Amino acid sequence: MKFLDEYRDYSAVQQMAQAIRRSATRPWTLMEVCGGQTHTIVKTGLQDLLPAEITLVHGPGCPVCVTPLEMIDRAVAVAKRSEVILCSFGDMLRVPGSTQSLFDAKALGGDVRIVYSPLDALQLARSNPTREVVFFAVGFETTAPANAMAVWEAKREKVVNFSMLVSHVLVPPAMEAILSSPDCRVQAFLAAGHVCMVMGYEEYLPISQKFNVPIVVTGFEPLDLLEGVQMAVAQLESGRAEVKNQYARAVRRSGNRPAQERIAEVFEVTRRAWRGIGEIPSSGLRLREAYRSFDAEVRFPIEIGQAHESRECIAGLVLQGQRKPKECPAFGTRCTPDTPLGAPMVSSEGACAAYFHFGRRKEDDDSIVSIATARN
Amino acid sequence: MTIQSCPLPRPATDRILLAHGGGGRLTNHLIESVFVSAFSNSALEPLHDGAVLSANGGRLAMTTDTYVVQPLVFPGGTIGDLAVNGTVNDLAMCGARPLALSAGFVLEEGLSMDTLRSIVASMAKAARVAKVPIVTGDTKVVDKGKGDGLFVNTAGIGVVIAPKLVGPESVCPGDAVLVSGDLGSHGTAILSVRNGLEFEGEVKSDTASLWPAVEALFEAGVEVHCLRDLTRGGLSSALNEIASLARLRITVEEVRIPVCAPVRGACELLGLDPLYVANEGRFVAFVPEREADHALELMRSQTASAGAVRAGTVHEDSSGIVTLRTRVGGHRVLDMLSGEQLPRIC
Repeated sequence: MKFLDEYRDYSAVQQMAQAIRRSATRPWTLMEVCGGQTHTIVKTGLQDLLPAEITLVHGPGCPVCVTPLEMIDRAVAVAKRSEVILCSFGDMLRVPGSTQSLFDAKALGGDVRIVYSPLDALQLARSNPTREVVFFAVGFETTAPANAMAVWEAKREKVVNFSMLVSHVLVPPAMEAILSSPDCRVQAFLAAGHVCMVMGYEEYLPISQKFNVPIVVTGFEPLDLLEGVQMAVAQLESGRAEVKNQYARAVRRSGNRPAQERIAEVFEVTRRAWRGIGEIPSSGLRLREAYRSFDAEVRFPIEIGQAHESRECIAGLVLQGQRKPKECPAFGTRCTPDTPLGAPMVSSEGACAAYFHFGRRKEDDDSIVSIATARN
Repeated sequence: MTIQSCPLPRPATDRILLAHGGGGRLTNHLIESVFVSAFSNSALEPLHDGAVLSANGGRLAMTTDTYVVQPLVFPGGTIGDLAVNGTVNDLAMCGARPLALSAGFVLEEGLSMDTLRSIVASMAKAARVAKVPIVTGDTKVVDKGKGDGLFVNTAGIGVVIAPKLVGPESVCPGDAVLVSGDLGSHGTAILSVRNGLEFEGEVKSDTASLWPAVEALFEAGVEVHCLRDLTRGGLSSALNEIASLARLRITVEEVRIPVCAPVRGACELLGLDPLYVANEGRFVAFVPEREADHALELMRSQTASAGAVRAGTVHEDSSGIVTLRTRVGGHRVLDMLSGEQLPRIC
C-alpha cells in the first residue's frame, strides 16, 4: 500500500535503528507527544530496536485520556435525554466518567452512535429533524477543522437541531506545562505530525528556544518514528535545540491555512482542564459568541456534581512522562481495559492500554512474557 | 500544575453491553460467569465450538449459533449463508461430518416477503453446497420494532470422524500453526456497507463451508491436534483461547499472515486491526511439525483454503500467551480483545 509499506519496510527500519545505535552515546529521554505515535511504538515493538540509551516516554496526546471527567459526565447526562442522539468517535464511548461511560448510557436506553466525522453527525441532524443531534467534539488541533466545519455548515444551513459539546485542547500549551514542571524528564519532543499538518510548526520555535529542547515534527509509521528519534538524538548529542520537520511529506511550516481560518472563525482559545493533569491556561477551544447557539452546554444546561476521584491512578504522571504505565501499582491488576481506573487504560491510544495489550518484557532471548498476564 | 487523579468507575458488569457479544474478554467472562456456572456438565465444559457426545459406541458433535447481522444481505453473502456455513463450520472444527441442521427464524412484523424468500433461498443453496439437509425448524413473529428484520438460529449435529480428540488439550509444543487464507474480509465487507464506504476492489465476505478442507485433512490421515474457525474476535482471539487452554505459548509472524490489499486499506482507514476482525470462512489448524507441509498441500487443494499458510509455532511455556513478531522485527503480545474494536479518533 503506497505511503505505508515503504515506511514499514524491514530493511529500512533496521538501517535507521542501526543509525540511532551508532549516534547515541549517552542516555536520552524523548517524549512522543501523540497517542497515535505511542500506539505505533508499542504495537510494532519499536522499543526492541532502540539502544538502551534511548528512553521513550509517552505524552498527553491522547484525546480520550485528557477529556475531563466533568465533560464525560455531561455527555452521559445529555445522552440520557430522550430527544437526543449523541454522536461521538468510537473510543470515547468506553471512557469512564465518575459513575458511567457513554456505553453505559447506551445500555440504559440512550441513543448513542459512533460516527467517523462530525459531518456525519450533521447529516444525522438533517435527516432527523425532530431529534436533537449532539456531537461530542474532543481532540486536538487535528480534529478541530472538521468540527469547525460542521458547526459552520450547520449555521449556514440553519440546522437548528444540531449542537456540539466542545472539549477541544491544544498541544503547545501542554508541552510548555510539561517542560515547566520541576520533575520534567523530557529532553526532546517528537511533536505530533497530524497536529502540525493543520497548524504548521512555527508555534514550536519559541518553546524550543525558551526551554532549550529539540522538537522534531514526526509522523506515525515505524520508519517515521525512528527517523524522528534519530533527528532528535543527533541534536542532543551535538548540543543543539532546534525545530525540525521529519514529516515533510505531510507538514508544511505554516500548516494548512484554510483549515486554520475555519478554526479561528468558529472557535476561540480558552482555558481548559486536562484530565489527570489539571487546568492549563489558554490550552483549549470553545465556540465563539456568534456560534454559541450551537453549544450543547448552553442548549442543555445540566448541573454536574463534583466528580469523585480515585487516589490510586497515576494517569496524570503518565501523561506528563514522569512515570511509565508499568510503574503504577494498579497496572494489570486492579486496573485493566475491562475495569479501568483511568482513561489511559481505555483508548487504544492510551499509554496504559497500549502497554497492557502489547507490552512485554524480555526474560531472555527466547521467552517473552506479558506484563498483562503477570497477574495470573 | 496541580495533579489530579482519575476516577474509579463502576465495573460494567451489572448490565449487558454490546461488547459482551464482541467475542473478546467480556464475552468469555459472560459465558463463564453466567452460563457455564449454571449449566455445568462434562460435555459443555471444554467450551469448544460444539459438544462431543457418545451415542451407541459412536461419537456425535452438536452445536448451535444465532445470527443477528445487519445488513441482512452484504457483498459476498446473506445472513442465510452465514447461518448454514457457520454451523457447518462449528461441526467441522470438532472433526465432525455434518449430518443435519435445524433452522429457527425470529421474523419482525413488516419484513418484506421477498427479502425472506431470498434469504431462505440462500440458505437452501448453502446447505446443498455443504451437502447437509435442513431437517427441522421453527418460526416466530415479533412486533415491529422488537426485532431487526430477521434473526436466524441454526443447530447442527455431525458424526465425529476425527480418530482422536480435536481441541486445545491436544496441542503440543512444536506444533505448526496453519491459517487457511487471508484474513478480515467478512468483517470489513460488513463494516464497509454499514459505513457507506467504497474501496478499490470490492471486499466480499469469505463465508464458506470449511468441511471439505477439514475432511481432506482427516481423509489423508493427518494428525490434526486442534481446529478453530476465526469468527468473532478473529485470529487473535482464537489463538489466545487455545494458548490459554493448552497452557502453551504460540508465536506467529506478522509477515506470514495474509491480508488482502483492500482489507488492509479499509482497516487502516477505520482504525481496526485485521487480526481481530471476524472471518466466516477461515480456520486455524494445529498439526505436528512433520505433517505441516503435507497438511498445507491438502488445504491448498480446496477452494475455501487455497491461500493456506504456515503462520507460527507452539512453544513449551505455561504462560498461555500469544506473541507476534512484527513486520519491522519487534515483538509484542497479541492480546485478547477487550470489548469491541473501536475506531480511534485520529
